[in-house]
Amino acid sequence: MRHLTSTLLGLAAATALVPLTASAASAASASPVAASAPATTAGTSFLTATKLAAGQDATVAASTGDYLYWAFTATEGQTDTVKVNVSLPPATDRHGPQTWSVEVFDGLRRRQSCTTGPQNATADPATASLHLNCTLRQVRSWAEPWSGDPLPGTYYVRLTTGDANAQDFGLAAQVELHIGSKGDADNAQPEGGELKAPLVPPTASAAPAAPALAGAQTEHHWYSDLFSGWNTRWFWTAGGAALAALAGIGGYTLTRHPRGHRRPGRPPQYPAQP
Amino acid sequence: MTIIQRRWQARPVRLLAALAIAAGAALSGLPAHADEPTAPPTQSGAPQSSEAPRVDLVLDVSGSMRATDIQGKSRISVAQQSIDEVIDALPSETQFGIRTFGATVPVSDKARGCQDTQQLFPIGKTDKVEAKTAVATLRPTGWTPIGLALRGAAQDLGSGQTTRRIVLVTDGEDDCGPPDPCEVARELAAQGTHLVVDTLGLAHDDKTTAQLECIANATGGTYTDVRTQQQMTDKVKQLVTRAGDTYKVTPVKTTGTDRCPDAPLLAPGVYSDREKFSEHRVYRVPVRAGQELRAAVSVSLDRPVARDYGVLLQATDADGQELVRGTDAASGRTDVLSTGVRWSAPGKAPSASASASVTPSATASPAALSGAAGSTVCLIVSNSLAPQAGSQAEPGLPLELTVDVAAASPAPDGPAAGLGRGWVLLLVLTGAGLLTGLVFGWLARWRIAVWREN
Repeated sequence: MRHLTSTLLGLAAATALVPLTASAASAASASPVAASAPATTAGTSFLTATKLAAGQDATVAASTGDYLYWAFTATEGQTDTVKVNVSLPPATDRHGPQTWSVEVFDGLRRRQSCTTGPQNATADPATASLHLNCTLRQVRSWAEPWSGDPLPGTYYVRLTTGDANAQDFGLAAQVELHIGSKGDADNAQPEGGELKAPLVPPTASAAPAAPALAGAQTEHHWYSDLFSGWNTRWFWTAGGAALAALAGIGGYTLTRHPRGHRRPGRPPQYPAQP
Repeated sequence: MTIIQRRWQARPVRLLAALAIAAGAALSGLPAHADEPTAPPTQSGAPQSSEAPRVDLVLDVSGSMRATDIQGKSRISVAQQSIDEVIDALPSETQFGIRTFGATVPVSDKARGCQDTQQLFPIGKTDKVEAKTAVATLRPTGWTPIGLALRGAAQDLGSGQTTRRIVLVTDGEDDCGPPDPCEVARELAAQGTHLVVDTLGLAHDDKTTAQLECIANATGGTYTDVRTQQQMTDKVKQLVTRAGDTYKVTPVKTTGTDRCPDAPLLAPGVYSDREKFSEHRVYRVPVRAGQELRAAVSVSLDRPVARDYGVLLQATDADGQELVRGTDAASGRTDVLSTGVRWSAPGKAPSASASASVTPSATASPAALSGAAGSTVCLIVSNSLAPQAGSQAEPGLPLELTVDVAAASPAPDGPAAGLGRGWVLLLVLTGAGLLTGLVFGWLARWRIAVWREN
């Protein structure tokens, strides 16, 4: 009996650990894999933005004054950081300070706030390079249509030269872009929220909406509202129930059979059968 | 007693098995869940066009190209060598052509020199040897009629559904105007021929820079100040590659009205239009119950505007009641000003089969969509842009409208139907279990004690 109880306790502990291992596994799968070679292009508008795969960097030869666009995909629970490093044109060719800025837009081309910066920086003619940084808010799993909260889907990065001496436009500059992300779907807020279709803009042609809608529509059963799908809460709750059951058994054993209830030589005294 | 004990042992074993199965199922199911929301942007809806990307290189062969100020070489020889390398590296599907200006008429004859622009090599499948020979024979000669050359290049490229690129290589400002090349560029862009002009400057004076930047900005192109031959070669190669990457991305042309009832009905897609300063443009989008409207608008600033500016996208119902608005404002140098809105039509979505069979289309009548089936939403695009002194009001600024209709996302019910999470939960449940066990244990003891006494 004691052996059995210890096995049971061990298993309960293992069950309690399941959420941890599970979330670790999903974090590993969501984190960007050291991806393919860096992109060497950048778009010049929202429509032609160069699409970057998860973890893919970009290294582009640009001209001062270019408007450079990249697009990346963010999923719920993710917090993305855009890092830009600009190697400025040679100091001998420059005539004055330059300001570069990085801006991020969501799939609906709505400006997204950066929680940390610097989003724009000014370099005096002697400086050789500039570092820009923008950490976005955590992508939410659902948001009211009227809000501007970040949602899963496409995000656009735009790098611009905000201000420079008129003679300095067109000079060659080298731009490096890195997009880092952390967090996964388990941390997404609000819990249980779901955006039926990510904020991915439709492509150039006026394609009918049918495929998107059919894809988004899932079959509805009477139990659909009760069952919220697989998430780690199931393991926490099940683990808690198992622990509660064990604790209940333990508590009961403690009172029902106090220490020494099976003293040798003194068999339990049950009342005689009627 | 033995039987009872055996059953007492068998139960936990079964419980163990059940838990193990549950844990296994969970572990195998979770990675799939983590991958689920990833939806990469697709290009599935791109038009199935058989057209090839088309690039026309417009080369300045005016007298000033003789100047030797790029790494000790003359401007024309730098341009010729770069173009040779670009021709060698041309992607196979790209149709490439060359137009020159100032190549034939000497500087002494301005009247003819300002009409001096020819197609050196027609746009099409490029014979690389022939093209290079043609470029090698060029000698710097005459005037700089950039405006006329741009018009000629636009004609060379022809009209079609795809984006065409002009790469303008020059060392000086237009000395022939009118027409002013920047206005020509704006006018070509307004004709809806999907033209982008990228400019490369070989001289570094302020006037040339300003003019070439103006041409680039008017059409959404780029401006590069050439300092080395390598830079020029790389840049032109990059532009030719870019033409191959993006030439199919072309919006559908539409014309918004100033009133909702006669506004054009739009199906999901990308549209282009023109909007003047302080003008309102109205479009309509049919949205069914249970669907969500997503619209984004971008106004390109293709000419100098006053320092502060803004754009407003309003969605209203047929009666003019505002549903949602998106706005953005900024100041300083920028290429485009954009904002977007989401709006969910109230009501429940029809069944999957019903919604798949009926799709909103440009021809759907608004009457059929009124009432319970859904509604028609008016999108009003307005701007708070002001022209700078000397900026032209005509044609309007380029406007790009993206319309999408997706399934609406209802508000979540709250955390996962009563399930819990966290260490506190485990603690509370365990504590409650222990307490219950103790209470029942004491009750049982007390009952037996009472029973034994009687």
